Amino acid sequence: MSDIYEALVKIVGKDYTSNHHEERYFYGRDPGLMTPHEADYVVMPKTTEEVQQIVKLANGEKVPIIPKGAGLALTGLVIPLKGGIVMDMKRMDKILEVNEGARYVVVEGGVTHGELREYLNEHHPNLRNSLPESPPITTIAANVVIHGQGRLTNQYGFNSDMVNGLEVVLPTGEVCKIGSCSVGPYWFSKGPPLPDLSGLFLGWLGTTGILTKVGLKLYPKKKIKDLEIFVTDKEDLIPDIIFKITHTEMVEDLAIWAQERPLMFRGNYHINIFLTADSADELEMKRKMIYDSVQEYVDSKDAGFMTINLDMRREFMDNPQKSMTAFADVRRGGGFEYAGPIIPLELYPECARKVAELAVKYRVVYGGSGRVIHGGHCMMFSFAYTFNRADLDEMGRARKALHEAAEFVADKGGVLWKPNIDEQKIMMDRMDPNTLKLMADIKKLLDPNGIMNPGNWEVK
Amino acid sequence: MQQQDYVSQIHRCFRCGYCKFPTDYSSFNCPPYKRFRFDTYSTGGRLWLIYAWLKGEIEWSEHLAEVLYTCTTCKNCTEQCPMKFAPDIVDWIVGARGDMVEKGRIPPRVAHFFEAVYGYGNPLKLLRSERAAWANGTKKYAPGDEYLLYVGCLGSYDENGQKMSRSLVDVLDAAGVSFGILGSDEECCGNEVYMLGEMGLFQTLVEKNSQKFKELGVKKIVTICPHGYNAMKNRYPALDASFEVYHYTQFLAGLVKENKIKPSRNKAKVTYQDPCFLGRYNQVYEEPRQILHSIPGVELVEMKKNRRDAFCCGGGGGNFIMDLLAGGEDSPARVRVREAYATGAGTLAVACPSCLTMFADAVKSEDLDGKLVVKDISQIVKESL
Repeated sequence: MSDIYEALVKIVGKDYTSNHHEERYFYGRDPGLMTPHEADYVVMPKTTEEVQQIVKLANGEKVPIIPKGAGLALTGLVIPLKGGIVMDMKRMDKILEVNEGARYVVVEGGVTHGELREYLNEHHPNLRNSLPESPPITTIAANVVIHGQGRLTNQYGFNSDMVNGLEVVLPTGEVCKIGSCSVGPYWFSKGPPLPDLSGLFLGWLGTTGILTKVGLKLYPKKKIKDLEIFVTDKEDLIPDIIFKITHTEMVEDLAIWAQERPLMFRGNYHINIFLTADSADELEMKRKMIYDSVQEYVDSKDAGFMTINLDMRREFMDNPQKSMTAFADVRRGGGFEYAGPIIPLELYPECARKVAELAVKYRVVYGGSGRVIHGGHCMMFSFAYTFNRADLDEMGRARKALHEAAEFVADKGGVLWKPNIDEQKIMMDRMDPNTLKLMADIKKLLDPNGIMNPGNWEVK
Repeated sequence: MQQQDYVSQIHRCFRCGYCKFPTDYSSFNCPPYKRFRFDTYSTGGRLWLIYAWLKGEIEWSEHLAEVLYTCTTCKNCTEQCPMKFAPDIVDWIVGARGDMVEKGRIPPRVAHFFEAVYGYGNPLKLLRSERAAWANGTKKYAPGDEYLLYVGCLGSYDENGQKMSRSLVDVLDAAGVSFGILGSDEECCGNEVYMLGEMGLFQTLVEKNSQKFKELGVKKIVTICPHGYNAMKNRYPALDASFEVYHYTQFLAGLVKENKIKPSRNKAKVTYQDPCFLGRYNQVYEEPRQILHSIPGVELVEMKKNRRDAFCCGGGGGNFIMDLLAGGEDSPARVRVREAYATGAGTLAVACPSCLTMFADAVKSEDLDGKLVVKDISQIVKESL
């Protein structure tokens, strides 16, 4: 083992290699509820070549390797379940290129969403990226690998749909380019008109390769932003309300939230409607179309637009939404985790009732929120439970609530997003056998020694 | 802060990582994280390790202690943390350090720091008799003087700090201020001793200083160093040692307003470093700028990260002496002088002797000699008189 440490030091230097217990401990867990497992080494490469050398070393020695961004998926996806080398990617932090005309950026595998936001604000103020609500330390590469979502997801789909090309270090050490960048200097497409090979890496949770570069689509940044909140106490109306609002195609982002604390929000379902425009007239036109689309619910007194105070407006307009992270301290305990299945809109009412029902059953505090994906083809519904990290019993109850939520949604036909290893099993148990075999064959082909983030997407 | 308070609260950190950034997310603003880049060196990492240590999940080690002591207590994390406990974070870290001190489990460099302060009255381990070697006849405080000029350890012993002290004394003399110094009777203010968790030694220092101040009838104190200002303003009163305390930039800003000092033309493009213990700890942001603005010919250009977002020089929490963050181009002082140089300024103005030397050294390491000069505000004012 000391040979591996020495070999890693040779590759990245002593400053960026650790086998100290402190790093092995910290990188062996995340803020969620999954059981920790310590790493053997933590290493921080700076270049693709260093990543390549580390992967070749790991593959030769058959040592697990776990690429890590911020580790904020909360579902244990970067816990080294079988030990090995955790590769913290955040030193690969260069923004390599912005093609303003073609609206894309190429970044290294450790660039954070926060860094990109500020870079664009400063150098390309007419462009924006789809920022997730997770903290700004979230890396772009990790976010697309888990099919993350962001503020532009209603308009343009999952953040992984916005990928425009990849550079990947394969588990056997080869560097591979995916998309238009594989045949020329441009990063304008991840696949079409070529075969789209990006699917070999996106959604695989780091089990098929390490993203060292990502091409990402950028989008027009409008001059004006605004927010309306439409509220109803009838969860059964939500699918139709969303259907009607998305029909207008006037909305940037649609997020639905329900929570029991503070008590004033209890029993209501809030739809945050984010609007953007380049002029007051455009904004007014969009606002009027939205008003018109839901007027029938206002007339029937089943729903209405909420008055938004300044603090609340500021919080919601913030992106990433800092107050969302503060949910972790509702129990003064530093923890929350959420199961975030992707569901058709019609399942919203059942999920909304379930998240509250499970909170009562397991005596935990919940937040239920959803984000509409790509104009309403589906949505992410978050079963979120907060817990006190100093209260093992409460952590156990939150874990059970999340597991039951995952089983519930899977039985209903939802698909579990960024699933932890138990949830991956729930998915694979229900998966078409030939699909499962195809996954196994792909994995075996790409990673013959099974070194990449082992334990995840492991077909038995 | 009672140690049991941090024990019962420290698990509340979610390690979300906001603490690593300034208000915008353009770069990392936590000095040890910027320097070392392992998540363990961020505030979240540190708090999780302390909690693990308390639970017995990890053993004490020198590495653990070093991770804990690389925190410069700059308070960037408290500005950025989204949780309600944000104001308490540095107290938690200090509480954990206090526990390590009590158990005798601290890095050797920290132990040497305490030994030096205990034995010599300063962390540089220099002779008490040499404390006023810089003073060149500066009047000693005597009953009836309006202000005590508290010089501090760096202002007394550090070569750059001594220049700062001399220039401030000249400016005060020029303004006709009634003041005096303690000379070799002065003792370390204890700010860093507190931040490093040696509460017993801190209490001793406060008692020694306050007793001396009271014996001499001192009511008003002007400090050269923001660290001393912070200790005397915010920590001393809890130990029955209340005085009217000013940082010298507050005092000079007042003299400028009252026309007691009238700077003449001094053409220079200047950027300014907000010291942590003046800015984030005490919200003194405008007075240093008012002084610079009062000098005809001085053009003040701000670094992108300024005021509550200023990036620490890396010298706080005793690291000016212990140097746990030294080395490499990502050391905080080198990062910051690059940011200062990028503004186009020819002068980096500071208001803290720790910043002064940290940056002066970094300018050399960055090969910016002759392109960027580091000066204390009192030096800039003196040049313009």
